[in-house]
Amino acid sequence: MRNEGTLDRRAVVAALLQDPGDLLVVTGLGAATYDAGATGDRPLNFYLWGAMGGAAMIGLGLALAQPERRVLVLTGDGEMLMGIGSLATIAAAGAPNLAIAVLDNAQFGETGAQASHTAGATDLAAVAAACGWSETVTARSMDEVELLRSRLRHQAVFAVVKISPAEVPRYLPPRDGAYLADRFRRALGVQLS
Amino acid sequence: MPQHSWQRAVYAALKAAHITQLGYVPDAGHAHLITAAQADPNMRDVVLTTEEEGIALAAGAWLGGQRAVLLMQSSGVGNCINMLSLPVNCRMPFLTLVTMRGEWGEFNPWQVPMGAATPHVLAAAGVHVHRADRPDEAADTVAAAAALAFDSAVSVAVLLGQRLIGTKVFVE
Repeated sequence: MRNEGTLDRRAVVAALLQDPGDLLVVTGLGAATYDAGATGDRPLNFYLWGAMGGAAMIGLGLALAQPERRVLVLTGDGEMLMGIGSLATIAAAGAPNLAIAVLDNAQFGETGAQASHTAGATDLAAVAAACGWSETVTARSMDEVELLRSRLRHQAVFAVVKISPAEVPRYLPPRDGAYLADRFRRALGVQLS
Repeated sequence: MPQHSWQRAVYAALKAAHITQLGYVPDAGHAHLITAAQADPNMRDVVLTTEEEGIALAAGAWLGGQRAVLLMQSSGVGNCINMLSLPVNCRMPFLTLVTMRGEWGEFNPWQVPMGAATPHVLAAAGVHVHRADRPDEAADTVAAAAALAFDSAVSVAVLLGQRLIGTKVFVE
């Protein structure tokens, strides 16, 4: 059981969210939410602070509702494992404007760094491929992360980024769900009722 | 009222409520709605691996300016509990139609515990619970539930009673 990741998670997320434009971003609870907030809070970031396992499916509902926009789900290995069935659901539904990037540190960092399934035999990119995702990638270097940024904004790709398990300073973005949902919808310009 | 007649009326109520995404874990009691959604170019049907996915789907749809519904069986309600905090916490609408098992004439004892618990756990999780047991009240109940959910931004479940959908027959 080991973690092979070496990349700094904040540098990875800063690279993936560089010049986000009108990218719609959903983040899974825990460190993915902190990373995205630290990179720069914006109304089109929808942060989860709970609802573990739901990030990818929120991404699907959003992508189906906004087929002309790009949606990026940014989450951790533990959150993705809890919603692992949604990889099959999304593949079955087909959403060309939805991409997922998993920040994989092979542990449950929020709860005491217990090893997750990806520290052992489970390869989430292989799971996604077996569920029917035709584009999957595992990034282990910042060069690969830089290449990934463009793919995540143009393809329905499922990406695993092997990050270091090292803890980084906590950045806490807004956590009032009603506020986050309302400002997201206002920024998107959807009807408010 | 024939079996398909009230189900057609329920589908019409969903359409009248401007619902365009329909997530489901199949149930025989929902079969007509699922078939109707699949034949409707203005309804996106999404088959789920587990029921709580449908709550997250609905939240994403709402963020993107659309309305969704989740179809499930009472046994699936237990899978949903933590995810129900998503619409409640974010003050988003959420509508689900739950076909009931474990009550009227149930043959399978494995359905009974979750069926009996369904209205209580939904209420405990912050979901408003409506119920229809007669064909002539089904569509009205769904229409009222959709209005409550989407106009008042709360979570609403409509329990479609086992007497309404018909007791599942295991041995002909």
